[in-house]
Amino acid sequence: MQTPTLPPTYLAGQLRLPTNWLDYTLLGIYFVVVLGIGFAARRSVRTSLDFFLSGRSLPAWITGLAFVSANLAATEILGMAANSAQYGAYTVHWYWIGAIPAMVFLGLVMMPFYYGSKVRSVPEFLLLRFDRAAHLLSSLLFAFAAILIAGVNLYALAIVVEALLGWPQWVAIVVAGFFVLAYITLGGLSSAIYNEVLQFFVILAALIPITVLALKKVGGWGGLSDTLTKANGDDFVTAWGGTGIGQANPLGANWLTIVLGLGFVLSFGYWTTNFAEVQRALSAKNLSAARRTPLIAAFPKIFIVFLVMIPGLAAAALVPGFGTEKSGYQYNDAIPYLMEGLLPNGVLGVAVTGLLAAFMAGMAANVSSFNTVFTTDVWAKYVVKDREDAYYVRFGRLITVIGVMASIGTAFLASSFSNIMSYLQTLFSFFNVPMFVVFIIGMFWKRASMKSGFWGLLAGTTAAMVNYFVLYKRDIIAIPTDQGANFVSAIAGFVAGAVVMVAVTLFTAPKPAKELQGLVYGTRSPGMAEPPAEGDDAWYRRPALLGWGAVVLAAVCYIPFSFSF
Amino acid sequence: MTEKPDHPDRPEHSGYSDQDVQREVSALQEKSTTAARLFDIRRIIGGLFVVYGVIVTLAGLTDDQAAIDKAQGVNINLWTGLGMLLLGLFFLAWLKLRPTPPPPAVDTEDEPQG
Repeated sequence: MQTPTLPPTYLAGQLRLPTNWLDYTLLGIYFVVVLGIGFAARRSVRTSLDFFLSGRSLPAWITGLAFVSANLAATEILGMAANSAQYGAYTVHWYWIGAIPAMVFLGLVMMPFYYGSKVRSVPEFLLLRFDRAAHLLSSLLFAFAAILIAGVNLYALAIVVEALLGWPQWVAIVVAGFFVLAYITLGGLSSAIYNEVLQFFVILAALIPITVLALKKVGGWGGLSDTLTKANGDDFVTAWGGTGIGQANPLGANWLTIVLGLGFVLSFGYWTTNFAEVQRALSAKNLSAARRTPLIAAFPKIFIVFLVMIPGLAAAALVPGFGTEKSGYQYNDAIPYLMEGLLPNGVLGVAVTGLLAAFMAGMAANVSSFNTVFTTDVWAKYVVKDREDAYYVRFGRLITVIGVMASIGTAFLASSFSNIMSYLQTLFSFFNVPMFVVFIIGMFWKRASMKSGFWGLLAGTTAAMVNYFVLYKRDIIAIPTDQGANFVSAIAGFVAGAVVMVAVTLFTAPKPAKELQGLVYGTRSPGMAEPPAEGDDAWYRRPALLGWGAVVLAAVCYIPFSFSF
Repeated sequence: MTEKPDHPDRPEHSGYSDQDVQREVSALQEKSTTAARLFDIRRIIGGLFVVYGVIVTLAGLTDDQAAIDKAQGVNINLWTGLGMLLLGLFFLAWLKLRPTPPPPAVDTEDEPQG
């Protein structure tokens, strides 16, 4: 995915947390509440739309927080803290340029087409706009990737739980898998989303004390940046230092690849076409709420970076050479290291709960989007068609069980073949990029032909992979780091997808104009004409204001990190 | 891509059109019961955070010096506990002041028409 998910390697052995009964009580309460939400949400499920999209009925603040939470998985939290300990303040790019513009674009420009056309999934949109080939390819790849990522998440959870709490890996995998299975099978997307909203607040309650105490320990921001500047050079606590083209910096990327590769291609691909995210917006109660979903999510997203970056930087300042072999810590240990050293029992339990909740939510987001795509896009359209609606609800529950079992299997596989897993994960990360090309061209260019979707997807994915696995891995072109190579591969995939789409379009038939209503920019479908709900015209609910407000705020946040004083 | 259409009104090449989705989803949305039957999450957030807040605040009040020294001289349990308590109370108050809106009239029936 877009997150620089470091391969889930071992946490340092000495990081066993001094948990006691109090911490386990807090954790236990959380697990009970999680299950309770599943049981309570169960009675709201009658149709397949209830199960897969919460009946398109949720208010914007809930879908918005779920939107940010689905991305705030523990792999992201630990990974971004690790990123900061390793590369420094460059981490802000993944938030301010690598998320906000894309989220705003999704809300302001794309959401009317997604929500207004009433599609239930991202692949379904491709079916309407292009043809069955594009639809089937994207559905199957998405379903496969979702299970893989859920499994990797589960495996990462097992490693962390083993290191911090001393549970055997299989216990953690089975327990977490069971809870996710139970609450999604019972309550469908509603219980996934409700748990994500809850997780959002618990993770804040976990990260804020860690950040505050870490800052206090290193002597405030001043002490932190002085220590790091002395140890790692001036650029370590700036966002753009050393990113001139041709300059060397630890990230291995220059400003152009950051802006185009991360800020444009990777970020737009992830945030606007990844169904695990978009699904949250599609479950909103009306078009206005759907548009506001990513916009509301953008505001917490701007500030969450501080809660992961500061702990990462503090770990780097407290332990010289943090992450290198002689320190005895991995980069991924940044947050667990601070938890162990700073948090007394009580808050420690909240932090452990937050971390586990984040792992489970990361897995649940993938499972709940997987069951939707597999049921509505694969099963109901190609295998068992035209059955009564109750059948698809039953099938959705069944496939949830199968999906969780498959991710548990994947997690066990990952524990024996972790290299293959990180390879596969990189492989699938390139799939979002051509998806975005196909979407953007399909939405803005009426002429783009039916067949061009499939070929654009295929060509873009192949080009990104060839660039990464052949040109970069075999040293045919020189890029200093994996992250840098990621950015360049994404750009290559984007360009190849676009070129092939245009070429194929020139030689194949366009889609008839009447079938493009509401799918292409400049057309409207009947679904878009719904009158706004009462109160939605309030100034603070205007999408344009929210969206541009987020962009301006993100730009302002860059200022203190852009100049060295 | 060129299979026989199931219905004469469907376009031949795609087999599934914008209108089909619109019709299908609109029909399902009318029968949907989430809006009418799903509980309000504010109650759960409020409840959990009040409980957490009370437990962690109590832990803070009874913490020994070792726990405070570990947290850089800050009674972090007390402050975090109070913070969580406030958040919980905020959600409960919000729920009290703006209760769950009544569901749309069509959906109030326990057994819908479909």
